[in-house]
Amino acid sequence: MTNQKGRFGIHGGQYIPETLMNAVTELEKAYEYYKNDPAFKQELAELFNEYAGRPSRLYYAEKMTKDLGGAKIYLKREDLNHTGAHKINNVLGQALLAKKMGKTRLIAETGAGQHGVATATAAALMDMECVVFMGQEDTIRQALNVYRMKLLGATVVPVSSGTGTLKDAVSEALREWTTRIDDTHYCLGSVMGPHPFPTIVRDFQAVISQEIKEQLLAKEHKLPDVVVACVGGGSNAIGSFYNFINDKEVRLIGCEAAGRGIDTYETAATVNTGRVGIFHGMKSYFCQDQYGQIAPVYSISAGLDYPGIGPEHAYLHDIGRAEYVPVTDEEAVCAFEYLARMEGIIPAIESAHAVAYAMKLAPQLRPDQIMVITLSGRGDKDCAAIARYRGENINE
Amino acid sequence: MSKIQSAFANGKAFIAFITCGDPDLETTEAAVCAAAANGADLIELGIPFSDPTAEGPVIQGANLRALKGGVTTDKIFAMVENLRKKVSIPMVFMTYANVVFSYGAERFISRCAAIGIDGLILPDIPFEEKEEFLPICKMHGIDLISMIAPTSADRIAMIAKEAEGFLYIVSSLGVTGTRTEITTDLASMVKIVRQNTSVPCAIGFGIAEPEQARHMAVFADGVIVGSAIIKLLAKYGRQAPPYVGDYIKKMKDAIR
Repeated sequence: MTNQKGRFGIHGGQYIPETLMNAVTELEKAYEYYKNDPAFKQELAELFNEYAGRPSRLYYAEKMTKDLGGAKIYLKREDLNHTGAHKINNVLGQALLAKKMGKTRLIAETGAGQHGVATATAAALMDMECVVFMGQEDTIRQALNVYRMKLLGATVVPVSSGTGTLKDAVSEALREWTTRIDDTHYCLGSVMGPHPFPTIVRDFQAVISQEIKEQLLAKEHKLPDVVVACVGGGSNAIGSFYNFINDKEVRLIGCEAAGRGIDTYETAATVNTGRVGIFHGMKSYFCQDQYGQIAPVYSISAGLDYPGIGPEHAYLHDIGRAEYVPVTDEEAVCAFEYLARMEGIIPAIESAHAVAYAMKLAPQLRPDQIMVITLSGRGDKDCAAIARYRGENINE
Repeated sequence: MSKIQSAFANGKAFIAFITCGDPDLETTEAAVCAAAANGADLIELGIPFSDPTAEGPVIQGANLRALKGGVTTDKIFAMVENLRKKVSIPMVFMTYANVVFSYGAERFISRCAAIGIDGLILPDIPFEEKEEFLPICKMHGIDLISMIAPTSADRIAMIAKEAEGFLYIVSSLGVTGTRTEITTDLASMVKIVRQNTSVPCAIGFGIAEPEQARHMAVFADGVIVGSAIIKLLAKYGRQAPPYVGDYIKKMKDAIR
C-alpha cells in the first residue's frame, strides 16, 4: 500500500529527497491552518480584488460565436489580471502564506516567464527577496519577461543544464531549495510537484471556476456545457475545472501542446504520448523513453513545454472526468491570429491552444449550448516569437 | 544479517560512488575493480537518469555523458553480471525512482538480486513513499537504503528504526558535490541514530579530502565519496581507473 497522502487516485505523493521532507510538512501544516483562518482569507481576498483586479471578466465573444456558428462562447479573461495571467492568483496566495510562515525569500521556476513575473511582483509587494530559475532557451524566447522580472527586483538565473527549458528550471529550483530552506519558500507555479503543492495551487486557482459559475449563472442562469483550457502543468485548467468536477453534465477539456504533432518526437502532449512515471516529486503521466529517461519535449509555447502534467489531471483523465486533447503549434498560432482579428484580443500562445480546440469544437455544438474558454494570459510576450514563426523579424 | 553489513567489518568503511557508463561501461568495470583492489568496502553504482535532481553539477555531468554514450539499464545489468565474477565486496545501485518504476519494480528488483546487487538507494523515495518498492525489495533480499539529512530532526528516530543495510547520512544541505566545510552537528544526529538502530551509518555529500574523511569517520561507521571520484573519471576518461585506485587507497588509509 503506497502512502495515501496527497494522492489523486494512484497519482501525486511526495517523491522528494529527505532534505525537503520537513519543509513540505511544515508547508502543509501552515496551509491547513491558514486556509481556514478568516484573517488570512480576508487579506487574500483583498489582494485578489484590489491588487490583482479580480473578479476577472467573463466576456461574451459575440463575433466569434457568430463566426463559428455553433455554441455560445464566453471568454474567461484571466489575461486581464495584474501581470497579465492567471499565475498571480497562486502567487499571491503562496507569497502571503510564506510571509505568515516567516519566510523572507521566494524562489520560483518559470517557463514562459509569467509565473516568474508574478512571483517577482508579489515579492516586490511583500518586501521579499526573489530568485527565478529559467531555462536558458526560454530566457531568449521570452526576453521581455526576463527584463520585467529584473525591473521588479528579482534575480533571474538562466539554467543551461539538460534541455534548458521549464523542466530544468524546476529541477534547479528544487536543488536550490535543498540548499537553503530556513528562510526560503519555493513558490511552485503549477499544480505539480510533491504534496501539498498540487492541492495548494489548485485551491488558489479555483477562484477561476468559482467566478465562471457565479458569472454565468447571473448572465445565463445555467452552467456551461463545456469548459476549455490549456494544460502544461495544468494550473489554469484545474482552476477552470475545479468547481465543475461534481457537475457531471459539464464537459471539461484540457488542451495539451502537441508541438509539431503527437506522431513526432517534437511534442509536449503528456497524456496523449506519455505514460505513468515518478518525477519532480509526483507520480503522474510523463513523456519518457522505455527506460524512464525523461524526454526532451517541444512546443512553441514555453509555458506548456513540460514533460509532465499535474497529478489531479492525471486522475481526472484516468476516471474519464476530463478529456485531454492535443493541439499543434500551427493550430495554436492560427488561433492566436484569429482571436486578435475576430475579437481584438491577443491571447498568450499557451491560451491560444485552448482557443484552437474551441474553434474546432464550437461548430459541432448547438447554439443553446455554452462554451467557456479560459484565456489564461495575454499574448504581448509572444508577439516577437509568433512573428518569427511566420517568417517576419521584428525588433522587440 | 545482510551482506552489506560485511562492508563495515573491516574498520571504518570506504564507500565509492561511480556513475555507470561514464565515459563507457568498460571503464566503469575497470574503475570498480581498481576501487575494490585498493580498499573500497562497498560500491555504489549510479544508474544514470536524465534529470538527477539531488545531484550537483559534477554528477549531473556524469549522468548526461553516460546517457549520451548510449548506456541503458539493461546494458548496466549485463555489465554488473560480468563484474560480479571479479568483485566480491557488496554493491548497491543508486538511481532515481522513475528508472526503477519505468522498468517495472518487480522486474528491476528481481534482476538486481539475480546479478548480485545487494541494495538500492533512491534519493527521491523518502520514508513516506518507501512502500512503493520496499515489499518487493524484501521479497528479493535487496536492502532499500534509507537516508537522513541535516533537516530530518524529529524524523531521525522514525527513519533509523526501520533502516536496512546501512543508513546514509547526508552531511549537509544541498545537492551532491565537494564542499570546503561541513558544519552540520553530525555528532547529535548520529547519537539519535545509535539509540534507534544497530544498522551501521555512513556519511556522504561533500567529502573529497583524506583529512575530511578522517574527521567524518570519527562520527560514523563509514564515509561515502562520489563527486571527487567522478571528477577523476571526467578528467582522465578511459585512463581513469588507476587514478581512481590511487585516490581510494589514500582515502581508505586516512580512515583506517
